[in-house]
Amino acid sequence: MKIVCRCEDITEEDIVKAIRKYDCQTLDELKQVLRLGMGPCQGRTCLPIAARILARETGKSIEEIMPQTARPPVVPVAIYMVSENEG
Amino acid sequence: MKDKADVVIIGAGINGCALAYELSKRGKDVVVIDKRHIAAGATGRCGAGVRQQWSTKENALLAKKSVEIFERLNDELDADIDFRQGGYLIAIHNEEDMAQAKKNVEMQKSIGLPVRIIDRDEIKEIVPILDPDGMEAIGATFCPTDGHADPFKTAYAYANAAMKLGATFYKFTEAKKFRIEDGEIKSVITNRGEIKAGVVVNAAGAWSSEIAKMAGLEIPNKPVRKEALVTEPIKRIFDAMVISFRHGIYFSQMSHGQILGGIPSPEEKVGYYTEPTFSFLQRMAYMLGKYAPVLKQINIMRQWTGFYDVTPDALPILGFDSRLKGFVHCHGFSGHGFMIAPMVAKLLAQLITGEKLDLPIDRLSVDRFKGKVVKEKSVVG
Repeated sequence: MKIVCRCEDITEEDIVKAIRKYDCQTLDELKQVLRLGMGPCQGRTCLPIAARILARETGKSIEEIMPQTARPPVVPVAIYMVSENEG
Repeated sequence: MKDKADVVIIGAGINGCALAYELSKRGKDVVVIDKRHIAAGATGRCGAGVRQQWSTKENALLAKKSVEIFERLNDELDADIDFRQGGYLIAIHNEEDMAQAKKNVEMQKSIGLPVRIIDRDEIKEIVPILDPDGMEAIGATFCPTDGHADPFKTAYAYANAAMKLGATFYKFTEAKKFRIEDGEIKSVITNRGEIKAGVVVNAAGAWSSEIAKMAGLEIPNKPVRKEALVTEPIKRIFDAMVISFRHGIYFSQMSHGQILGGIPSPEEKVGYYTEPTFSFLQRMAYMLGKYAPVLKQINIMRQWTGFYDVTPDALPILGFDSRLKGFVHCHGFSGHGFMIAPMVAKLLAQLITGEKLDLPIDRLSVDRFKGKVVKEKSVVG
């Protein structure tokens, strides 16, 4: 068993299964059906690995798969630290 | 690719998926096309709330009937959509809000909703982390049967159930043109081929104006960028969705434990802008700290944008177009398309198959914008 996403506990097998079941073509679809990359690390560990699995399964290139909308903040940041009218 | 169907639905958001299911259940041959994939637009970016407390009877009834469907949807679709009823707590800030709340509650009670006005003490009983002073609240309304469902799971559950009944979904398939003869729609031409159909449904959400324009129809919808954020998961501390029409804020705790919420972006604008803004982050962080001071120490994990498909009265546009035979409107949900989708889909399926409708939808026709409009006031985000 190879763990790919440590935050949400997702294995390589889970990813391959989801790609085949839902005919996933994009990382966004894998996020939707598995919560891949939606944990505290925000996909920094798992998304490049999942992209390689997706490329292998779909025959697409990594370049076609990898670019995703940036969703700030880059690292988790406490609510009070970004609050307007404070600090 | 199939070259014909009874109905082609454009858009695989929650409304397209739910309608595909309701039509397939009634024996129709359905094709759903989407330029991206299931729940790629507003559905997958929404706040997941299911609210029945509306100021217009049309919305309140659609929402109430939808909750009745949500309550048994796991069984009906043979899936788990994560539906939970923790209620919606809506802040009342002053006498003007109170007068509107009393009016809303009276109408909502008349259709059978278990909604009531609560005082500041009861706000803290229902959601202990709230600070009524920080909220500037003199009270609130609360409806315990409001709640949440998982938008991804719900959309996929509807789509899978529709496919089991014979519906076909084509992802990454974009409507490019319509073939129209003698005022009647004949087919949809996509980037992957032509599909003949007597009925075509525009369920394209924020892109519905573009689809309508392709059919030569003008609709008054505008795409408006909205933003949301989610925190790290924490131990369950509250079940209700907390919202305020005056501050525009909404937030609640999801089933994984994260706090998810939104507020109008200070730089909110019309058009297809997808960049998240720092000013939203600052505004939302400040208001969350005022509403629930204990949350100040929680980490924000992610912010994102999505679109409301907004109509002049914040009510959806539903039903056949009187100018183009076979063209069905299913859009303009103005930020609450997810929560009313189960009932909207049922009603449109009844309309398309010629059954008797459970609720009249004439007042939601596209023709209503010719006269004076009555605006839905209970809008957040």
